[in-house]
Amino acid sequence: MLAPSPSRRILAIWLCRLALDRWRLGEGLAAGEGADAQPLALIAETAHGPRIAAANAAGRAAGAQGGMMLADARTLCPELAVAASDPAGDLAFLEHLAGWALRWGPWSALDPPDGLLVDVTGVAHLFGGEEALLADARAAFARRRFAVRMAIAPTAGAAWALAHHGPDGAILRSGDDPAQRLAGLPVAALRLDEDVLTVLRRLGLKRLGDLDAVAREALVRRFRNRRSASANPLLRMDQLLGRVPEPLLPVLVTHAPLVQRRLMEPIRHRALLEQVVADLAGDMERVLEGAGQGARRLELGLWKVDGEVVVRRVEMAAPSREAAHLAGLFARRLEDVDAGFGIEMVRLRSPWCEPLALAQGDIEHAAQERGTSLAACVDRLTVRLGHDAVRRPILFASHIPERAQRWQGPLEPEKTSQGTFDFHCRPLKMLDKPEQISVIYETPDGLPKRFRWRGETHDVLRSEGPERIAPEWWRERGAVRLRDYYRIEDAMGRRYWIYRSGVVGDGRGGVPAWFLQGLFG
Amino acid sequence: MTLPMTLSLPMDSVSAAVRLADAQGLQWQPGQVGEATAHGEIFASGDEGAGAALALALALDRQRAVRAGPSADPLADTPDERMWLWVQDARAIQRSGRPYRAGLPEGLRHRLIHVAVKTAQDALFALEEGLRCRDLAFVIGEITGNPRALDMTASRRLGLAAERHGVPLWLVRLDARRDLSSARMRWEVASAPSPAPGWNAQAPGTQSWQAELFRARRHPPGQWILREDGRLVAEKVGAAAELQRRREGGAKPRPG
Repeated sequence: MLAPSPSRRILAIWLCRLALDRWRLGEGLAAGEGADAQPLALIAETAHGPRIAAANAAGRAAGAQGGMMLADARTLCPELAVAASDPAGDLAFLEHLAGWALRWGPWSALDPPDGLLVDVTGVAHLFGGEEALLADARAAFARRRFAVRMAIAPTAGAAWALAHHGPDGAILRSGDDPAQRLAGLPVAALRLDEDVLTVLRRLGLKRLGDLDAVAREALVRRFRNRRSASANPLLRMDQLLGRVPEPLLPVLVTHAPLVQRRLMEPIRHRALLEQVVADLAGDMERVLEGAGQGARRLELGLWKVDGEVVVRRVEMAAPSREAAHLAGLFARRLEDVDAGFGIEMVRLRSPWCEPLALAQGDIEHAAQERGTSLAACVDRLTVRLGHDAVRRPILFASHIPERAQRWQGPLEPEKTSQGTFDFHCRPLKMLDKPEQISVIYETPDGLPKRFRWRGETHDVLRSEGPERIAPEWWRERGAVRLRDYYRIEDAMGRRYWIYRSGVVGDGRGGVPAWFLQGLFG
Repeated sequence: MTLPMTLSLPMDSVSAAVRLADAQGLQWQPGQVGEATAHGEIFASGDEGAGAALALALALDRQRAVRAGPSADPLADTPDERMWLWVQDARAIQRSGRPYRAGLPEGLRHRLIHVAVKTAQDALFALEEGLRCRDLAFVIGEITGNPRALDMTASRRLGLAAERHGVPLWLVRLDARRDLSSARMRWEVASAPSPAPGWNAQAPGTQSWQAELFRARRHPPGQWILREDGRLVAEKVGAAAELQRRREGGAKPRPG
């Protein structure tokens, strides 16, 4: 038999009373307190009337079960109280919880309606072993008042089966034989549809061990036209044993360098947090240096005591692993973090790395003394001002002046092109939007004599033009008018670039308007 | 005491001081390198492009002077390909527009990094970060008006950073009044009528500016017509008028 990959460890978490726990939290009750002491059921409206989604302990004792019609339950227990269930809210909450569960591993997934899967491969030693990891998770969920059952196994299927039907807190070691350990579990542990379970029950196959007892060919034949995994017990069994990968849960083995600090005391102050981030940056520098890599993107996760997770991401223009630089990038992003009741864990992760060779250590000391590199300078600017603020102009093949220039990131290489337009004379600066001016000129297309701009009259002493730029018919609508550009100088020596939009009688509008678009030096 | 006397120097003594400075070669002239040119301030109107254009011309002038100067590396034959930074605040962009690549001086076009910021604080931050980066050739800033953040302290910080890292800064102050500043050279500039080009006397010619150096540490103040024509050309304003006044001053007995 093919052994499951020993490298993978999956933690399955089953929030067995998720709906009720959420309802209780919403009401602000502890378990068995107030309204929870009486029989109560959460109901969902169906076409055949209200059906029970979940019942509390007193309700279950009185006979109410999940899936029962409310009318049937009322005959058993007339005093049964009801509240509306909230499946959409449960799912949204589960999604939120999946982010929170990342504290135990770098990757987690939803297992609707009420479960989570966390990849804890190679993480357990941070907690002191898998038992300690489970204890930590149990304590964390107990603090949030959620009933959970958990298991760790080499595959998601086995972990799920153990969490739902095995002993609580079961750990299937990679050395164990899963077929033997799981033989006693009911077939429901295979995550099968209800009708398939009925078929298996009628066949007398009640436990996973029974499936092995039957010849495989017979089962293959029985379920030959069942393609979906949830309808085919053999496929599920193979997934559970790790013989086939489970495409629904693609457990990504990430090699993202990761460092974290679990804090003895929750911290609430900025200075302490910065110290922790600086320490993490130092750790990250060592990890990256060992791998010969530099980080392009960093994620800083802050786990707060109240269950919130704050994530801050920064990207760098060039790979870097300089601890002071990394910490400095985050320093500005920590300003708006609300620590609330405190931050109990901080993790720094680098999901995007690029090779960065070891360089000779510099002999000068402080960055203040030696200045920064261009990449570091651009990083500092973009982190504070945003990506759109720091750009460089590049050429674009167009004759329309505002279209002939585009903007891109400052360190991205310029695209090569076969040739560039050799413009005659272009202004030093262009207004974002050409400003309309009133001009005295010889109609229809004479030189401008005088114009008024921003409340001031300019006498045109010298002018050159027109430089006629036709509209780009392959890009613009038919009504766009041509432009006649004039380079002019007024009596004070101020030089501008103005244009007349259209000519009289071009059939694309009335009297041509004039615009001032550029300023010469 | 001499101090009150120097404060109340008659106009004629000022021109005498100017003449003395002239004789000693202290007058400003293009093609100067050194710390004094590392931090300049240029006052200009936001309705014309003269401020930024003069900043670029001075930057180019300094670059040429460094290359021709005694401290230049004789083996360095490759052109300077370092990037340069142009920081503009939102109001400067709105009033006088963004840099246009095809209109920039030939050697600087492909090396521009443009930073658009909203407030003067952000502009000062960007300028200082730029000055601390030795991979930049020079830094140009455009700040409109007299924001509170740009006080003597901020100006001194910029000046120190520029001198320490050898990255020169020209700060263009659009529509601003002359406030306190630690800049080594402070200019006031406006466009000047250009000389008529030979091939078309009706067309605007080489860009010219009327520039007044009103405060400098090493040089006496003065006015020039500056022109960027492959190199920075400076013509002393009123050279003829000065000569005239000297003659008259020599003829008449001095008052006081």
